[in-house]
Amino acid sequence: MTSFLNILLYIQIALCAACLYRIIRGPTIPDRMVGIDIFGILVVGICGIITVQTGKAFILDIGIAWVILSFIGTLTLAKYLSGKKLNE
Amino acid sequence: MRYVTVFILSMIFWLLITFKFTIPNIAAGAVASAITAAIFGRYYFYNVYKFLQPRRWLWFVVYLVTFIWACIKANFDVAYRVLHPAMPIKPGIVKVKTTLRSEFARTLLANSITMTPGTITVDIIGDEMYIHWIYIRSEDPALYTRMITGRFEEYIKKFAE
Amino acid sequence: MNDMAAIILISVGVLFNIFGCIGLIRLPDMYNRLQAATKCVTLGCCSILLGVLVHFGIGSAGFRALVAIPILFFTATVAAHALARGAYHFGTKMDKRSVKDDYREAVK
Repeated sequence: MTSFLNILLYIQIALCAACLYRIIRGPTIPDRMVGIDIFGILVVGICGIITVQTGKAFILDIGIAWVILSFIGTLTLAKYLSGKKLNE
Repeated sequence: MRYVTVFILSMIFWLLITFKFTIPNIAAGAVASAITAAIFGRYYFYNVYKFLQPRRWLWFVVYLVTFIWACIKANFDVAYRVLHPAMPIKPGIVKVKTTLRSEFARTLLANSITMTPGTITVDIIGDEMYIHWIYIRSEDPALYTRMITGRFEEYIKKFAE
Repeated sequence: MNDMAAIILISVGVLFNIFGCIGLIRLPDMYNRLQAATKCVTLGCCSILLGVLVHFGIGSAGFRALVAIPILFFTATVAAHALARGAYHFGTKMDKRSVKDDYREAVK
């Protein structure tokens, strides 16, 4: 069971690499931002799998904090895209 | 009254996250919830008595079941379009009129549309929502309005308006 | 029994994530990529967290996973709206196969 979870963890990390490919390769700036957004959500899945593997509950706290921080980061990037000031 | 609602909701959130029922923990949560309620209390929940009507909770459960079923269907739809060798897509942005009034209900409708098969909300201006659709099935406004908003609008109107 | 159900839920979640990332790489323009990736990856991660909830049962870790699911749903969908709107205002072109664009008149 642990080895199967290991395989799932490696697949998830490979998916993060796919996001990195989109970030590096993306023809326009919004494509890169989509990659960053999806990367932030995938990390939460990694946190969940590590929690099941190790049995330590505090890793889920890292996941929740990561979701909220990635949300704020994406909102900031979207504001930058639409060309407004940050206090608007 | 609004402040009390925000206080109770954030207290429940704190207790669910920490899940430790000792006196210092509950005191720390009460202080943090009081600060949250003092800062953010005036932005939310203009009519808090709606929380106490059981009919609305029943419709909320119906909405939730429909929503989860639509999510699962959306995933298989995306999988079909992505794995098909020719990629059957015909994208475009369409305009849809909504009859919902309150801000909360509109946000909920936009979120539901984003998670249903093939559609994503781009913007809301006044009464009109602009929706990016990955495969446009019809050109008739009345028909596609019913296809996109569908049952979600009725259910949300019943429990959130 | 619980372990088996948890493993199945986590595997289904990872499978959905794979579909989402294939869409992120294969689809032609930014809006279509955003659609595929947001839907599939959000539901996949929710499925993984549901697996965590089943594995730990009712308790500290289980409730944390249960709290994370609605947060994930709301933040992912709102971030997708913001990105799509920002990209349109930035001037991102839609794909050649697009047939309709009602938003152009509204922006002007």
